[in-house]
Amino acid sequence: MMETKDQYILNVRDLNVQVKTAEGMSTLVRNINFGMKKGQVLGLVGESGSGKTVTSMSILQLLNRKNMNIQGSITLKNKELNGLKEKELREFRGKEIAFIMQNPMNAFTPVFTIGQQLVETIRSHTTLNKKQAKELAIDVMQSVNLPDPEIIFKNYPFQLSGGMLQRVMIAMAACLHPSVIIADEPTTALDLHNQLLVLRLLERIRSEYGTSILLISHDLGVISEMADDVMVMQNGQIIETANVFDLFDNPQHEYTKRLLRTRPTLYFKKQPYTYML
Amino acid sequence: MSLLQVEQVSHKFNSKRLFKTNNQSNNVLHDVSFSIEEGSCLGLIGTSGAGKTTLGKVILGIQRPQHGKVLFQGHDIYNVDKATQRKLRRDLQVVFQDSYSSVNPRMTAEQIIMEPLENYEKLTIGERRSKVVSLLERVGLSEKDLKKFPYQFSGGQLQRINIARAISLKPKLIVLDESVSSLDMVTQSLILELLKELKVDFGLSYLFITHDIKAAFSISDALGVLEKGELIEYYESKDEFFHSRNPVILRMRESILAEHPRFRSLTKNVKMV
Repeated sequence: MMETKDQYILNVRDLNVQVKTAEGMSTLVRNINFGMKKGQVLGLVGESGSGKTVTSMSILQLLNRKNMNIQGSITLKNKELNGLKEKELREFRGKEIAFIMQNPMNAFTPVFTIGQQLVETIRSHTTLNKKQAKELAIDVMQSVNLPDPEIIFKNYPFQLSGGMLQRVMIAMAACLHPSVIIADEPTTALDLHNQLLVLRLLERIRSEYGTSILLISHDLGVISEMADDVMVMQNGQIIETANVFDLFDNPQHEYTKRLLRTRPTLYFKKQPYTYML
Repeated sequence: MSLLQVEQVSHKFNSKRLFKTNNQSNNVLHDVSFSIEEGSCLGLIGTSGAGKTTLGKVILGIQRPQHGKVLFQGHDIYNVDKATQRKLRRDLQVVFQDSYSSVNPRMTAEQIIMEPLENYEKLTIGERRSKVVSLLERVGLSEKDLKKFPYQFSGGQLQRINIARAISLKPKLIVLDESVSSLDMVTQSLILELLKELKVDFGLSYLFITHDIKAAFSISDALGVLEKGELIEYYESKDEFFHSRNPVILRMRESILAEHPRFRSLTKNVKMV
């Protein structure tokens, strides 16, 4: 990876995250290096506890800095993010980098309507007035195929199903056309059909706005559908980075091989059933 | 005689709301019938809200259905005397999705695993200890985990403890309600392997309730599909799933994600529904 830095929208170099514990500092992730190009979907795979979420949270500086120690450089369009003040970070969060959380039920405030939360996000980053912001909000909700956006606009989060909420969250993330979307297990809490809808949406956002997506998942199905390149994480380190085709055809690291070998599969007599039909 | 027979079970939750009278028919289960043979595994798949969990509860004897019967080893579980019920319960165990909320946080692993055994058998302290250790080792944990509390285990380890508890009484049937769904890929396949081994070793039968078709496939012998409370498809052999022309199944099959990037359908010609 000797390409020039400039072609990367998001660039992470030598990221180390440590947490204070009773027994001193404990390292959560170490020596994380990666860059994301425009319109690229970068997959991040690993089992639970391997540091996937810590990596993604440290990009947006969402970790508690009182007991966490984030070292290294995180640059977005050549602007250093690590160490920025809260006020400056707010410029980036939501506008330049959007975050899609795993559990849509917990990511919204239960006491405000969907509309209020969408409008708040839009107005804090643009100069639109209330009416224009509402129009934009309804617009993006329509674009993620939510039925009756006018009604959903007035609903509270608990009135929607998980799949719908996840689409609202994607609408929220996409409405300001961020250059990077971090999707942390966006489909894990959803059932099969909703999972497909959500992935299609992410793909459309990528192709329409050229958004780069950091797609974190432990589901190799999601990765094989979406990702261009894949990083495999284990015990807080990236052990393998490869093009998605190379990774599936020719995994290098023992752990990756095991990951691919042990997954539940529909393969029968080495013939993929799904595509025979 | 089948181990478990579910006969025309229907169930409806009343929708009496405080401010609204909403009399839409919301049959959670509608005329569901199937049976599980000894030593086999039935996978039950369905989207969220299909009634999978309610059916699981009906079978476990937690939720009395409004119509229909559940026969376990030939006895109607909602219509037997206390003594038989006690015997039946012993042969019917369950593992839920959320491993943390299925254990008492103030009990050690030993206490958790011993709880059902103490209900049914009188054991000396020595027997007890060796029994727990052998169970722990059977599910891939070790003796040093005996005195640990639930918060000291990971989700996968705790699910192993739940499984150890379920097999401690050597039951006939275990209901696995989304037991592997919240685990990551690696842990999930390890637990599935463990379940397959235990099935052979103890001659267990499973009812494997899940929304994950791949997981259901890797463990089940027969396969049922639940949609809006109805058992719309039932396959003696799971491969029939791929030949069904039912539109619901077609849609389900479409939603299965590719196993290799070569077969991906999303990133090429993206078509919105």
